[in-house]
Amino acid sequence: MNALRYLLRRAVSTIPMLVLVGLITFLLIHITPGDPASVVAGENASEEAIEDARRRLGLDQPFLVQFWTWLLRVLHGDLGVSFTSGKPVTELIFDRMPITLSLTAGATLIGLLIAVPLGVFAATKRGSWLDRLTIFSTSLGIAAPEFFIGLLLVLLIALQLGWLPATGYVPFAEDPVEWLLRLTLPSITLGLGVAAELARQVRGAMIDVLSRDYIQTARAKGLSTLSIIVKHGLKNAAIPVVTVLGLQVRRLLGGTVIVEQIFAMNGVGSLAVRAVFLRDLPVLLGVALTTAVIVLLVNLIVDISYGYFDPKVRA
Amino acid sequence: MSATTVEAAPAVSLPPVSTFFQRFCKNRTALVAAIILLIIVLIAIFAPYIAPHDPARSSLRNILKPPGAMYWFGSDDLGRDVASRLMFASRLSLVASLQAVAIALVIGMPLGLISGYVGGWVDTVISRCNDALMSFPALILAVVIVGLMGPSLTNAMTAIGLVYAPRIMRVVRGSTLSVREEVYVRAARATGCSDARIITRHVLPNVTGPLVVQATVLMGQALLAEAGLSFLGLGTQPPEASWGAMLGTAFPYMAQSPVPTIAAGVVISVTVLCFNLIGDGIRDSVGRMRRSGD
Amino acid sequence: MSDNTAPLLEIRDLSVQFPSPHGWLTVVDKVSFNVGRNDIVCVVGESGSGKSVTMQAAVGLVQPKGGRITSGSVRFDGQELVGMGNRQINRIRGDAIGFIFQEPMSSLNPAYTVGEQIAEVVRRHRGASRADAWKRAVEALDRVHIASAASRAAEYPHQFSGGMRQRVMIAMAIACDPKLLIADEPTTALDVTIQARILELLRELQRDSGMSVLFITHDLGVVADIARYVVVMYGAQVVEAAPVDDLFAAPRHPYTSGLLGAMPQVALERGHDPIAIPGTVAQAHAWPNGCRFNPRCGYRREGPCTTAALPLTSVGNGLVRCALTEELRPILGRATMVPA
Repeated sequence: MNALRYLLRRAVSTIPMLVLVGLITFLLIHITPGDPASVVAGENASEEAIEDARRRLGLDQPFLVQFWTWLLRVLHGDLGVSFTSGKPVTELIFDRMPITLSLTAGATLIGLLIAVPLGVFAATKRGSWLDRLTIFSTSLGIAAPEFFIGLLLVLLIALQLGWLPATGYVPFAEDPVEWLLRLTLPSITLGLGVAAELARQVRGAMIDVLSRDYIQTARAKGLSTLSIIVKHGLKNAAIPVVTVLGLQVRRLLGGTVIVEQIFAMNGVGSLAVRAVFLRDLPVLLGVALTTAVIVLLVNLIVDISYGYFDPKVRA
Repeated sequence: MSATTVEAAPAVSLPPVSTFFQRFCKNRTALVAAIILLIIVLIAIFAPYIAPHDPARSSLRNILKPPGAMYWFGSDDLGRDVASRLMFASRLSLVASLQAVAIALVIGMPLGLISGYVGGWVDTVISRCNDALMSFPALILAVVIVGLMGPSLTNAMTAIGLVYAPRIMRVVRGSTLSVREEVYVRAARATGCSDARIITRHVLPNVTGPLVVQATVLMGQALLAEAGLSFLGLGTQPPEASWGAMLGTAFPYMAQSPVPTIAAGVVISVTVLCFNLIGDGIRDSVGRMRRSGD
Repeated sequence: MSDNTAPLLEIRDLSVQFPSPHGWLTVVDKVSFNVGRNDIVCVVGESGSGKSVTMQAAVGLVQPKGGRITSGSVRFDGQELVGMGNRQINRIRGDAIGFIFQEPMSSLNPAYTVGEQIAEVVRRHRGASRADAWKRAVEALDRVHIASAASRAAEYPHQFSGGMRQRVMIAMAIACDPKLLIADEPTTALDVTIQARILELLRELQRDSGMSVLFITHDLGVVADIARYVVVMYGAQVVEAAPVDDLFAAPRHPYTSGLLGAMPQVALERGHDPIAIPGTVAQAHAWPNGCRFNPRCGYRREGPCTTAALPLTSVGNGLVRCALTEELRPILGRATMVPA
């Protein structure tokens, strides 16, 4: 019962943030410097073209009316209609979500698979060459632009060695093996950046936890080293790590914008980029809102996980 | 409000500049990074004098040549010298990052000060809005803002500045909050010291430390963001080129001529690494002073 | 010693070093003493005397902290523990030897229920099923007099008070019926009233099970309360060891006498205010020549006390490390020394 109440409480506290995020998305048109109407109309547009654009954007209406209509539409899941294709924005985004989500999930997985063992080893064998190598390579990993790493990977593994395909995406339903193969390089590209940041967190958190008194108690109880590290250590180190993981997901969603371009994947990121060139504002705003909502949901999940890792939080 | 009361306040602020430099220089990694960055900045400033070729001159006979005596890093798809272009591009990239960070500071600092100092519902409102803004993935928000303003380097940097303003706001707010609760600040307020005076004399010096660290790291982040946006074609527009734009134009020809791509990428990575290491160094130098109870 | 049969724990010339800015420091210097079966031994000393490290080293807990055993032997129930592989010694820890630590607030893992932390010891050493192990965990909580043991076993450490947490620690340590229970200052961090109850609990458990208890403390009051045999440590060495009554009635070492003189009850008997021993313990990297206590000793004599290292000699029912034992014998029981 306690757990359920905690869950509900966290869920409810997300609602004000959702509202704010929606409000900011709406306000973006108004507070960005410049005139969106002339941007939409294009460079050498006439007065009428600009006015026409203004009407299409709904900017000719009084402010509150704009907000109200927009709010109602969004609550019904209607994010407007694309200026270019005429299709509903929601449909466009949802069509491409699986790609972006596969990429994000893949990168997170790879990040975890690399970072957790590495961080744990570095923490337990402090001062060793592995520890120093970890610190050094994570500095590099954090500094290097991930798309550069992606380019290098494409160059090396796809073009030179020909081990993995360099571009494209195949839906899981169609061909699971191809889906996996094509996702590998892009996931590694993004995943390395995640791994770098995460490995530092894991190492730091584990070093802190392993110096605690209850670890000495665990040793005095004769528990195996594995049990001490994994069972007693990791669970307590989890909270800072999971927090950073949540932040990394936010960064990943941004990173997909570039990686999708490099690997020619038709995800939400490339949808947004194309929308800039096509001056398709509804699509842009729709993407912004959707990704922000995803981030908020991820934060909620992270929040709820605290209750599992730290019993004191549930009280 | 006598002068002596204010003068007697302990200085928890930035250490004297000379001591700070001493401590910073002891940190070898940071020192090396600072020197490398200095070299890069000097190259940027003196590019017109040291570049071997004219960066804009294309030579259709010399397309995609491999690195050699004539073209140190090879030539690009229009026969232009990559090395010279990199040098000139550094000016754009560095200045652009500076622009972005400046915008972030101009927006974030006042908001952080107000939010931290005034507190109450003002703080709650500003902080919540800040958090909401930070829920948008940075690059996506930047892309959207550029989309609303039109692609150009200036617009890209404005977008990045806006996107990073919340981070500055948070750092400033944090420092302001911690200073506000210090005993000497409460004493100053109790004796009728004006808010403006308190802010300038006590809050600002305290904020400067973490702010400088954050701003340095942000320079690196802004550089990465600009590179990303220019790579996508949303930032620098041809014929101008920043490092990111060069990466973007070299990429399609990577199979035939990988060196220009690698060169641009390495230059970006090294510069960002330098900013990160310098930021770490500053943080350690300032932090250590606090711990020793100065 | 207090028992005729072979001792349960025999520590011989145990030396332990830790790294420091001054190089490797010897924090335990050729320490020797025994713990018999069905015995209660107290190791007394100030902070820095090496008392805790001695016991941690005995069960192999100093290596994870960066320390090393440089010499000596620790025989437990016929087995040599020094040099034993980690896996082997792991089977003894928690099973035949139970350990309780000083800080109950931080010695329990906050992320797992109290019952789980006890059950895992049983599962580990007895191979019991989850259900059986849980039952034994509840029983253990019962034995340490925690009310409603069954429901409290499912609670988390933060839901227990300091004294209760220490009871949980004790339950964890005795869950597998150990032969030896090592208690490292278990009551130092607790209120005086709780302290008394914990001591009583330990006495009761010892009586019921016949296990030996090795109690580390700096508090002579605790020693008077439960010890049968006392080992006094100073400056990484054993300076005196004796059955408890002998120690209190006729201490042989000036340090012991000084410790007694600082106790209100003893001072009362002797007719003066409690006097703290003047000065402080020397640092481990700069032990004085000769007797390590000599700078603070009121009976110190230039020559015998300040040049050669002193051996631990057998005297009556106990041991003492002092150059002037014979001379001081009649004095120490009655007087409290004046500052050096």
